[in-house]
Amino acid sequence: MLRLVPRVEAAPRLAAIVPIVAALVALALAAIPIAAAGAPVLDAYRVMFEGALGSRFALTEVIARATPLMLTGLAVAVAFRAKLYNIGAEGQLYMGALAAVWVGSGRFDGPMPVMIAAVLTAGAIAGALMMLVPTLLKTKLGADEVVVTLLLNFVVALFVQMMIEGPMKDPMSLGWPQTEAILDSATLPKLIAKTRVHAGLIVALVAAVGVHLLLKRTTVGFEIRAVGAGPKAARFAGMNVGAAMLTVGALSGALAGLAGVGEVAGLKGYLTADLSPGYGYAGIVVAMLAGLSPLGVIAAALYVAAVFVGADSMSRAINVSSYIANLVVALALLAVLVSGVFVRFRLVWTRTTRKRSAP
Amino acid sequence: MSEVLDIVLTLQFWVAALRIATPLIFGVTGALICERSGVLNLGIEGIMTAGAMTGWLAVHFGAGLWTGVLVAALSGAVFGLVVALLTVKLGLSQHVAGLGVTMLATSACYFGYRVILPGVTTPPRIEPFQAMNIPVLSDLPIVGPILFQQTPLTLLAIVLVVVVWWVLAHTPVGLAVRAVGENPAAVEAQGLDVHHVRIGAVVVGSAIMALGGAFLTMSAFNAFFFEMVAGRGWICIALTVFASWRPGKALVGAILFGAFDAFQVRLQQAMGGVVPGQVFLMLPYLLSILALVVWSRSAGYPKALMVPFVRGQR
Repeated sequence: MLRLVPRVEAAPRLAAIVPIVAALVALALAAIPIAAAGAPVLDAYRVMFEGALGSRFALTEVIARATPLMLTGLAVAVAFRAKLYNIGAEGQLYMGALAAVWVGSGRFDGPMPVMIAAVLTAGAIAGALMMLVPTLLKTKLGADEVVVTLLLNFVVALFVQMMIEGPMKDPMSLGWPQTEAILDSATLPKLIAKTRVHAGLIVALVAAVGVHLLLKRTTVGFEIRAVGAGPKAARFAGMNVGAAMLTVGALSGALAGLAGVGEVAGLKGYLTADLSPGYGYAGIVVAMLAGLSPLGVIAAALYVAAVFVGADSMSRAINVSSYIANLVVALALLAVLVSGVFVRFRLVWTRTTRKRSAP
Repeated sequence: MSEVLDIVLTLQFWVAALRIATPLIFGVTGALICERSGVLNLGIEGIMTAGAMTGWLAVHFGAGLWTGVLVAALSGAVFGLVVALLTVKLGLSQHVAGLGVTMLATSACYFGYRVILPGVTTPPRIEPFQAMNIPVLSDLPIVGPILFQQTPLTLLAIVLVVVVWWVLAHTPVGLAVRAVGENPAAVEAQGLDVHHVRIGAVVVGSAIMALGGAFLTMSAFNAFFFEMVAGRGWICIALTVFASWRPGKALVGAILFGAFDAFQVRLQQAMGGVVPGQVFLMLPYLLSILALVVWSRSAGYPKALMVPFVRGQR
C-alpha cells in the first residue's frame, strides 16, 4: 500500500515549485465544471487567457484587481506566520473603507497629501482595531480567533449596511444605499490614465516589501516568527507572546483596512454594501499560495486576480458562470495544501501490512 | 418587563424558537460528532450550503421530500469525506483545509445553480414539508403544539440528538469515537484504526450538518437563495464550545439560541423605527461570540482536538 514517510532532509526546490503546480492543477481541474456546463473546454481556456492576459487593458485590469488582494493576502500571511488565524480580512476591509469615507467625504478638507494620508491612516486604524478585538479575546480569554473573526465578518456587513442606509447615507442618492463620495483631494490618483490602476498599488507594493523587511530584519519580526514556530519556546526565551500577538493582530488588520481604503478612495469613490467580491476570503488563498511569504503574495495576488478577470470575460463570451473563478480559487487553496504534503513527506510503496506484535 | 413576559410566555413564541433552532440542532450535532473524534470541521458552512442546495434541487426535479433529505445528507457526506481525507489522512491544518472545503462547496453550489438553472432570476419554489398535526399528540397541552406542530425535520433533529447521545455514551462505536478524540495512541494500541474511526465520524457528522441546510430550503423556506446559510455553520461551531461537546447541552444551547432569535425578531417588530433593524440582526452573531468567550476557558475540550494522528509518532 501507499504510505507517507516524513522526509529526513528538507526539499527546498520542491517547496518552491509547489505553489506553481497547485495553481496549474487548479486551472486544469476547472475543465471539469466547464465541461459540465456544456461549454467547449479549449475555447473556454483560450477566452479565459486572452481575457486576463491578452491585451494591455486586460493586464491593467488584473493589476487593479490584484491590488486589494495583495493587501488582504499580506494581512493573512503576516497573521498566519504568528499562527494567528485571521479569517476576518473581509470585515476589516469594510471597516477600513468605512473609516476612509468618514474622514474623506467632506468632514474637512485640506491639501491632497494631507487628505490622502488621512484616509490611509483612518482605514489602517479602523482595520487594526477590528482585528485587535479577536486577538485580545484569544490571548486573554482563549476564544478561538477563527470562529470569532468569521462571525465578526457578518457583524461588520450588517454594521456597514446600517451606516450606509442611516447616518452615512448620501442624501442625494435618491434612496440608493450608498455613502457620499470621497473628495477629489482624498482620491488616490490613477497610475495609468483611463485604466483602473490607482495609487493603492504603490501602497500594496510598499507594504509587501515593508512586511518582508519587518519579518526578516527586525526584532519584532523575529519575535513574530518565533511565536509562530512555537509559543512555548518563545515564552521560555523571554519573549512577550501576548504583546507579539497584539502587534501582529494590529498589523494584519491595518493591512486589510488599507485594502478597503484603496477600493473606496482609488476606484469606487463611495461605499456600497457590495464593495468587495470576497477579497478578504480570497486573501487566505493568496497567502497560502505565497507560502506565507510577503513578496510571494505579490505574485499570488496577480494569479488570483487573473483568474477572476479571465473568468469574467469567459462568462461574457461563452456564458459560463463567473462563479467558475471562485471554484478555481478554492481548488487552488486545496491543491496548495495537498501538494505541501509532498514537501514534508515522501510517498512510499510498501508491501507489508500492519503486523500485530506481542507486547 | 411585562411585555417581555408576554412575548416569552406565548406558545407561538416557543413554536418559532424551536423552528429557528432546528438547523442549528442539526449543525451543532454534526459538528459535535466530528469534534469528539478530534476533527474541527470548518467545512460546516459549505456543507450546510450543499445540503440546502442539493436537497431542494432534487425535489425541484421531481424527487420526494424524503428523497431530497437523503440527497442532502449524501452531499454532506461527500464533502465530509473531502474534509476527512485532507485533515485525517494527510494531517493538514484543520482550520485552513476546512475553510477550503467551505469555499469549494459554496462555489460549487453557486456555479451548479447557474449551470443547472440558466437564466433563472427567481429560484423555483418547491412544496416544502408541512406541519405534522398528529391527531392525539398535537392536542397535548403546551408540548403538543411546540413539538408536534412542527415539520417532521424538527422532530428528526431532536430524535437524532437522542440517538447521537446514546451512541456516543453507550455503544462501542461511540466509545471508539470518543477515544480517538481523547487519546488516539491508546486506540491504536487496542488494534483499532484511528484514521478509519475519525473518517467515519467526520463523514457521518457532515451528513447530519447538511440536514440543517436541507431544513432551510425544504421546511423553513421553499427555495434556495445565495448566502442563505448566513453564518449558521460558524454559530454551530461556537455552540459546540458552549455545550462542552455534550449532545444534551448542545440541544439546549441551540434552543436557547432559537429563543433568543425569535425574541429579537419580536423586539424588532415592537421597536421598529427607533433602532435600526441591523442592530437586531447582529445580535445572534454577537451572542455566539459571547458564548465562545465565556465558555472557552471552562469547556472540556476533546484532548486530541485538532491534533492529527500519525501512526508511530507521539
